[in-house]
Amino acid sequence: MNPFSSGTRLRDMIRAIRACKTAAEERAVVRKECAAIRAAISENDQDYRHRNLAKLMFIHMLGYPTHFGQMECLKLIASSGFPEKRIGYLGLMLLLDERQEWSGLGLQDLNHSNQYIIGLALCALGNICSAEMARDLAPEVERLLQNRDLNIKKKAALCSIRIVRKVPDLAENFMSLATALVKEKHHGVLIAGVQLCSDLCKASTESLEFLRKNCTEVLIRILRDVSNSPYAPEYDISGVTDPFLHIRVLKLLRLLGQGDADASESMNDILAQVATKTESNKNAGNAILYECVETIMGIEATSGLRVLAINILGRFLSNRDNNIRYVALNMLMKAIAVDSQAVQRHKTTILECVKDSDASIRKRALELVSLLISDANVKPLTKELVDYLEVSDQEFKGDLTEKICSIVERFSSDKLWYIDQMLKVLSEAGNYVKDDVWHALIVAISNAPDLQGYIVRSLYKAFQTSSEQVSLVRVALWCIGEYGEMLVNGAGMLQGEEPMTVTESDAVDVVESALQYHASDITSQAMSLVALLKLSSRYPSTSERVKDLIIQHKGCLELELQQRSIEFSHILQKHQTIKSSLVERMPVLDESVYNEKKGSPSTNSIPAAKASKPVATGASLNLPNGVMKPTTAPIGDLLDLSSDDVPAPKLATNDFLQDLLGIDLPAAQSSGAAASGGSDILLDLLSIGTSFQSDSLPSNNVSNSQLNSSVVSPLDNLSSITSTSASLDIGVSTIGPVGLMDQKSRSPPSTATAPAIDLLDDLSNNMSLPGIESRDFPTITAFESSILRILFSFTKQPGRPQVTQIKATFSNKSFNTCTDFIFQAAVPKFIQLHLDPASSSTIPPSGNGTITQTLSVTNSLHGQKALAMRIRMAYKVNNQDMLDQGQVNNFPSGL
Amino acid sequence: MQIHFVLLISRQGKVRLTKWYSPYSQKERSKVIRELSGVILTRGPKLCNFVEWRGFKVVYRRYASLYFCMCIDADDNELEVLEIIHHFVEILDRYFGSVCELDLIFNFHKLMMYLKNQAYYILDELLIAGELQESSKKTVARVIAAQDSLVETAKEQANSLSNMIAQATK
Repeated sequence: MNPFSSGTRLRDMIRAIRACKTAAEERAVVRKECAAIRAAISENDQDYRHRNLAKLMFIHMLGYPTHFGQMECLKLIASSGFPEKRIGYLGLMLLLDERQEWSGLGLQDLNHSNQYIIGLALCALGNICSAEMARDLAPEVERLLQNRDLNIKKKAALCSIRIVRKVPDLAENFMSLATALVKEKHHGVLIAGVQLCSDLCKASTESLEFLRKNCTEVLIRILRDVSNSPYAPEYDISGVTDPFLHIRVLKLLRLLGQGDADASESMNDILAQVATKTESNKNAGNAILYECVETIMGIEATSGLRVLAINILGRFLSNRDNNIRYVALNMLMKAIAVDSQAVQRHKTTILECVKDSDASIRKRALELVSLLISDANVKPLTKELVDYLEVSDQEFKGDLTEKICSIVERFSSDKLWYIDQMLKVLSEAGNYVKDDVWHALIVAISNAPDLQGYIVRSLYKAFQTSSEQVSLVRVALWCIGEYGEMLVNGAGMLQGEEPMTVTESDAVDVVESALQYHASDITSQAMSLVALLKLSSRYPSTSERVKDLIIQHKGCLELELQQRSIEFSHILQKHQTIKSSLVERMPVLDESVYNEKKGSPSTNSIPAAKASKPVATGASLNLPNGVMKPTTAPIGDLLDLSSDDVPAPKLATNDFLQDLLGIDLPAAQSSGAAASGGSDILLDLLSIGTSFQSDSLPSNNVSNSQLNSSVVSPLDNLSSITSTSASLDIGVSTIGPVGLMDQKSRSPPSTATAPAIDLLDDLSNNMSLPGIESRDFPTITAFESSILRILFSFTKQPGRPQVTQIKATFSNKSFNTCTDFIFQAAVPKFIQLHLDPASSSTIPPSGNGTITQTLSVTNSLHGQKALAMRIRMAYKVNNQDMLDQGQVNNFPSGL
Repeated sequence: MQIHFVLLISRQGKVRLTKWYSPYSQKERSKVIRELSGVILTRGPKLCNFVEWRGFKVVYRRYASLYFCMCIDADDNELEVLEIIHHFVEILDRYFGSVCELDLIFNFHKLMMYLKNQAYYILDELLIAGELQESSKKTVARVIAAQDSLVETAKEQANSLSNMIAQATK
């Protein structure tokens, strides 16, 4: 039987598989074949073993499972003949990988008398051995490294590479053997030996030191010999002798020279020689130059050598071959760290590469450009990029837009420029702009009172041509709603701005078209409704039309739109008196809070003066429901309440708070913010649902705010209202951006307002037990259930504003004694909490006595963020386990 | 410098040869092949020969209707890998004849498995553990020839043995 006549059956099988019309047919054929092979295996059919294996390999290549054939490979390897072993090892490497065990057989063949069989075993070992096998067979491989046969020697060296990668501890055993290998003459052995040295250097510092001492000279000599070598036909590749050896030696020299001045010093000459003398018109030569440049950048090279290297990259960059340009861009990225001035010189060429037709090159070039941008060149470079945005491929627009936005935001100190660039990006590629980018833009617009007129007019113009760009539409809607009157009366005209006439109904047209546009999503439509509501007050002449438009959506299937439509039409119909104050312009959004929340504290983005700029229209403190609102309120947070707030607690997966309560903390930023979602809605509902407010309140800010805060405080005290507000809160946050714009546009009474706190104080003071002292800060009721009442009183030591001592007083309202009382509290990351032991673990019934516990909190963001705390009380009543938990957000401000 | 895998794909997306030097499960292997053939086969002719993929780089080169692809780490020397591919192709070329017919060879029914196995043997003489083993085409050819002749000898022995048995039993 001839083992290499492939036999009719294999050919038939391939033909049968090729003839299959459907995947199901193919599966059937393969299943049948596999069954036959299995049967043959179980009968231990020796004659057809190689043919079965060949079939299995074919089936394997088609992607079917062939694990049952692994045993066959092992049997073939175990047979004595070379042909069987050869195909056996081939099958082994195809069908097995390092997860299977086969070392016993390998060991035998490593000791075989035939060098080719040793070679087969070494090859398989090098390709698929596992860590255990590497450990077991390392001594054999070490022995073979000293074999006289060069073929075995080089294979053993490569096999050692695999062993050292799998088991780095073994590196030291190979050190001196590797040193001996690089003294050989044969290129194959040299290549393998040099590579082994590189892997040893990576595996252990001891080997690195050893090789640095013993090999540097030898390697330099090898490099000199090979680079000076006359034409050697056996190793010649397009005029260069053995580029592979060149590259490997250069790579090893880089490892040896890194951070070692002496070793680097000794390499300088030969590196300069390679860098200058290597032929650069063919790929092989360029591959060497590329490696050489990388080595020069990696070691402690002289400055002259570095200039040489950067010049080579400059030549690469202007090469016509895309491959060369690609690697040049790649290398320049590393070179920026070494010499950014030199890289700047190639700016224009790099910018051209951004416009290349090759996606790989474009991507590299774009990365590089964004690293190159500085204050000096940001404007021309951005202009180039924005101009290119118009003509770039669709699939590249996403990347490009993202980069432009991040560049523009990074250098946004020039407001007008920033806004202009963003408007261009929005109108060109608004669909690719991420949410946080246009949110940031709105914050910026709100902070630029002298530009708002210009902005709203530009957006109006841009909308006419680019109404299909989602984020442009949204920003435009927001601005038209807020600054609608500036659109019509041309206020705040900038120099050189083209005057335009827009009538009130033109502006409403725009909003209407966004509302009716078939492709608008809910967010845009919801924003349109808000804009319409605002316009009805800005443009009294259009109010009838606006009312009609809003009413049209009363029957909308989207709950959010329907709700808005109904609420808004109520406002329009029944609450004309408060409408104008309801839809006042938004207060200035706080940039610093927004940026902080974004987690990107950009150092050069916002001048501090602008961040804390007082409200431009000082008179408009009169907000919806007449609540006084401090200007520094965290509206920025409200911009995306939907996302998780403060970065710190969000990231901390092991945060005690989250462990304890299993909830992400929206409360973390300010005592009020958590409640704001709920309370705003509550307020909205109250203001819309009940008419009594409209009569009495608009004229009386104080009383209104009291009422308002009385709504806030029960949130903490009355569980029924709390649950309502909580569910509303959830509703809002799941709607995402809709909810957020909703809150923003309705101008929620920003939490933590002073009057509200006053009232809270009154409230809690009324309830508090006599004799509880409240010094600087009022005592609050932190928690109340049918059984428990917890009061917090606060003291601060002078000179340490961030530290607060909280005295918690627990009383028991029920008629049964609470025993085994344990109080636990958790705070966000920026607060440190220390709990002292409680005065007792038993609380007597019916309020006949209290126990106290002292908490010491340190607010590391004192003045920026208010305290927030979650608490949990475990206790026993009548031997029954009880568990209460709650959240304290009514801390007095200033803690 | 480590090559993680070598793929040969025909222009129609048929896999002609695969060799994995890093552990990938069977499932991952087919996914890798699917993803990469999708990316590489659609790239235009004048573009660079590198594709960034899952944090790695895939260097590919087309010979007639066959794509040779090798996957390396992101910071390895792409230009050298192009040379390794060419080196491999030249050795295959010497062994099989013209490069233009390589795909024919890989696709040829009758001799397919035999020749494909030869291609694997050649690759094993060129790369071990994802590292280059030999920079001399002549040496590779010599080692392969020596092993082929070992197989031939074994075959002849088997033939003569069966002849002797046949004659003896006649």
